[in-house]
Amino acid sequence: MGTTPDITLIEEIVRQRLDEILPKKLEETLAQMKANKTPSMTIIATKGTLDWAYPPFILSSTAAALGWNVSIFFTFYGLQLLKKDISDLKISPLGNPGMPMKMPFGPDWFKGINWNIPNLVQAGMPGFESFATTLMQRTIKNNGVAGIAELRSLCLEAGVNMIGCQMTVDLFGFTHEDFIPEVKEYCGAASFLPMAQEADVTLFI
Amino acid sequence: MDFNKDLDTRGLSCPLPILRAKKALNEMQSGQVLRLVSTDAGSVKDFEAFCRQTGNVLLSQTEANKEYIFFLQRK
Repeated sequence: MGTTPDITLIEEIVRQRLDEILPKKLEETLAQMKANKTPSMTIIATKGTLDWAYPPFILSSTAAALGWNVSIFFTFYGLQLLKKDISDLKISPLGNPGMPMKMPFGPDWFKGINWNIPNLVQAGMPGFESFATTLMQRTIKNNGVAGIAELRSLCLEAGVNMIGCQMTVDLFGFTHEDFIPEVKEYCGAASFLPMAQEADVTLFI
Repeated sequence: MDFNKDLDTRGLSCPLPILRAKKALNEMQSGQVLRLVSTDAGSVKDFEAFCRQTGNVLLSQTEANKEYIFFLQRK
């Protein structure tokens, strides 16, 4: 009675109690924040061939189906993927030793052959690229793989945000009228980087 | 098992079965069940991940003659 409580004792008790409560509280809050956050992805699409058109559109449409927010920044040859008509995208086996060269028709033994065509022959034969593209399109169809135009419209339908790189639009002499009207934004690196900073996943394709 | 909607994705490859499923689920009411058939072997793992991420429930998955049958319940 009449004695003042020892201030250091109170501080010690408070500190001990906080040490007990805080880590648990922090963990709960973080878990809640994570659960409430919509995942997001940004992709830099830099390639304009039929084969490389697939990864950005497959990943974006799937991410959108998972409920993610997705933005794709199309730059350099990737701008080809924003053109109104993308039915003319091509594939080149020239200098691409990783690409299997198999025929999409005929009996199984024939389809199984990997045609090892020398670069010199590929380069010297007029129309070789168009021939390879036709075979690839047939293979894609045979395997039930979606067409690029279909995948792109599925992306747009699902709200994937498509952005054009203004610098490369100018560099290659394109105009905004060359591209689909769904491209709402043309910007540069300074606009893309803050988007990527906030995203959970960022890919360079 | 009873279901409210049937979706045939046989012959379609990744990611089309998932995209079609998502579209079908969007048009359904909470608690309703979608039956989906796929021939894409990758879809087994993909539908597990899809349900984990979206909160829809994967009620069952079975395989017969290289056809995969999924029952998905809309969350």
